[in-house]
Amino acid sequence: MTSNSTKARKKVLIILTQSPCSGSLSREAIDYCLAAAAFEQDLALLFTGDAVLQLIKDQNPSVINQKNLTKTLSALPIYGIEKFYVDLSSLVKYGINDNLCLPTIKVDANEISKLLTNADTILNF
Amino acid sequence: MKYSLVILGAPYSTQSATTALSFTEALLKSDHQIYRVFFYHDAVHCGSSLSQPPQDELNIPAEWQKLKQTHDIDLVICIAAAVKRGVLDNNEASRHEKNGANLSSSFELSGLGQLVDATEHSDRIITFGP
Repeated sequence: MTSNSTKARKKVLIILTQSPCSGSLSREAIDYCLAAAAFEQDLALLFTGDAVLQLIKDQNPSVINQKNLTKTLSALPIYGIEKFYVDLSSLVKYGINDNLCLPTIKVDANEISKLLTNADTILNF
Repeated sequence: MKYSLVILGAPYSTQSATTALSFTEALLKSDHQIYRVFFYHDAVHCGSSLSQPPQDELNIPAEWQKLKQTHDIDLVICIAAAVKRGVLDNNEASRHEKNGANLSSSFELSGLGQLVDATEHSDRIITFGP
């Protein structure tokens, strides 16, 4: 790794779009976030579309032989990731209330547009 | 401009790797550079040397291998995603006591750190979704 701590860190926006149990990409996206956090990247996560379902507390995916993603998500702040944004329109679409597994900032389309503009790098999962 | 590509979709199941191939060829025809192509999620199957599509279909893994040979592009496959899906190099095959390796020599198995490194050193990251 050739990261240079004297250089300004790039702002990386991770866009999460997958529901927690539809496939392995939701987990592999979070695996990437953990790896990037280990390399002290400046990360922000945006949960949009079906990915807002990842934020629901008290899920029990072990009954369909899947690991509990919520536990890993809840641990992200321990790894230094602190910026979590959630697409308000997706929350409304799924009728999800405030009881989420992470402290998120709700954003509308205009604010999402600003997030995209302000990011140096964007990764879509 | 320096580009890196992230490919997520499985070859033949999705258009992801095929679109990424066209994009790579377009970049190479222009003045842009490719820092790295990172295969993650189901796209790890692009590294299999055992794919054999019908003659009238594009051989996607072979096309990536050709790009490696002609332009020496850095083709990196996520090791965890690959081993889970049965795409193994010789090291991983012996480590996990499997009876064969199938990773094409044009690709390298490595960790997610290589994708982090690509985000640091590229001007643009383009994701080709699942």
